[in-house]
Amino acid sequence: MDNLNSYLILSAVLFSIGTIGVLTRKNAIVVFMCIELMLNAVNLTFVAFSRHLGNLDGQIFVFFIMTVAAAEAAVGLAMFIAFFNNRESIDIDDANIMKW
Amino acid sequence: MDINVAQLFQTINLNVIMPEIILSVLGMALLLVNVFIPSKSKTYLVWLSLIGIVLAGFTTVTGWGSNITSFNGSVVQDNFAMFFKIIFLVAAGLAVLISDQYVEREECNYGELYPIILFTTVGMMLMASGTDLMTLFLGLELMSISLYVLAGFNRANVKSNEAGMKYFLLGAFSTGFLLYGMALVYGVTGTTRVAKIAEIVSGMPSAAGNTMLLIGMFLLLVGFLFKIAAAPFHMWTPDVYEGAPTPMTAFMSAGPKAAGFAALLRLLLVAFPALKPEWSDLLWILAVLTMTIGNFTALRQDNIKRMLAYSSIAHAGYALVGLTAANSTGTSGILFYMLSYAFMNIGAFAVIILVGKKGEPNGTVMDFAGLGRKHPLLAVTMSLFLFSLAGMPPTAGFIGKFYLFSGAIQEGYIWLAIIGVMNSAASVYYYLRVMVFMYFKPAEEEFDWVTVSAPVALSLAVSAAGTLIPGVIPSMILQYAQQAVKFF
Repeated sequence: MDNLNSYLILSAVLFSIGTIGVLTRKNAIVVFMCIELMLNAVNLTFVAFSRHLGNLDGQIFVFFIMTVAAAEAAVGLAMFIAFFNNRESIDIDDANIMKW
Repeated sequence: MDINVAQLFQTINLNVIMPEIILSVLGMALLLVNVFIPSKSKTYLVWLSLIGIVLAGFTTVTGWGSNITSFNGSVVQDNFAMFFKIIFLVAAGLAVLISDQYVEREECNYGELYPIILFTTVGMMLMASGTDLMTLFLGLELMSISLYVLAGFNRANVKSNEAGMKYFLLGAFSTGFLLYGMALVYGVTGTTRVAKIAEIVSGMPSAAGNTMLLIGMFLLLVGFLFKIAAAPFHMWTPDVYEGAPTPMTAFMSAGPKAAGFAALLRLLLVAFPALKPEWSDLLWILAVLTMTIGNFTALRQDNIKRMLAYSSIAHAGYALVGLTAANSTGTSGILFYMLSYAFMNIGAFAVIILVGKKGEPNGTVMDFAGLGRKHPLLAVTMSLFLFSLAGMPPTAGFIGKFYLFSGAIQEGYIWLAIIGVMNSAASVYYYLRVMVFMYFKPAEEEFDWVTVSAPVALSLAVSAAGTLIPGVIPSMILQYAQQAVKFF
């Protein structure tokens, strides 16, 4: 099994889709989903490399990334709820009180 | 497979992470204790956290001079990590002290604040002592996730919500880049240990020609440059600093910035010294951009928190000058500067907290009009912090900048140093503007008598001492900073 390149290309494509999503979407939850997509693209990269190199470090890293992503989701969704309570919207264009 | 327990405990030396353990255990205990403390007497939590912070400081200091790795080489206890740990503990201690009066006034006196500050500190400490990409990542995330909570801590306040949400979305976004960088570096080198990465990269015949390694390194840099608010990754800073509760802004500007520099220093100077021609050019440009954008946007700000946010961007730029130089003068200058910056910036924010009114209706520079007449002592303290931020002798800010810029000159970056000094001169305008308001403008409305609670008074005294004493006797701190960077 050594089609490392196809895995790397797939994960790069996923990462780019996530990045573009973050930059273009307006709904905070969709933006957050795009960020998760980026993180999962990274996970795929790690696993592909780990398999290719025959070294487990990359797969262990993936466990940590998934754990951290879960913690991040908990905090992020709580933040969205607090914002929604005050503004009745989670559109990031409504986060516009502070401007220079 | 039999595991020798004694041997296992030799690889896992818990003493190395003793300060982290103390703070984590204390943080979890305080979360429980908090439930039983009525909301009127949350001040107890301040003193309890402070005891823990001082204790962690003692355990850190007693290890000075040692160089022990633990957890199979993923955490290290060396002078470099310990110096930074002291910076984080100073920032956390001062932040804890100035929080109490503020959260009471703003009616967001939830006791969870103090444990979260402690957890943030643990994250920063892991960033300074991590010698494995995994530890660095976990430390960074422990710090960041706690900071998102702190930024949005005043949950009934729309500005605070907005700050938390912006920080969260942009922070998580930057984490994505950081991780992708780590993945690529791992793919090229086959290891996540910083020391091994260095070995493999310097052993490569053409490391600079390896595109994947270069992209990986630059993505890694993006992640950390975001945390230190370097241009062009600084867009979040003004909004988050303005919206977050003021004590948290103070903490955020001092601690995490230092943590970002700790990680950057370790990565660039330990893992990628072989690629120095590649990253030093980039950092040269970024340092100039960061200083200039920070200072020149700060000139136009009326909101004092926003002004200090841009000023903190500029200060990241000064420190980047030292990182570009990457010699012992420059790097020890960064360490010295980050410590003094913690003192002077948190001190300035403490005065802002005292002068501000509930809800901070405007929080502008004009609010300081007449302070010099009404509260001479407070005005003098604020002037000291502002002088230090502007980099005037005999304050710590001057000495710090002096070493950062002379480091750049030693390495032949004359123009970088000149641009830095010019920027520093421009910054005097907006710092002095606050002082002009304090001393030469009459108050528009009658000043309410400012009450200074005991914790805030203590923090002001400590930060004033920390700003003034290293400015007069720099060698006191500088010799330790020089010992800390010796291994680069």
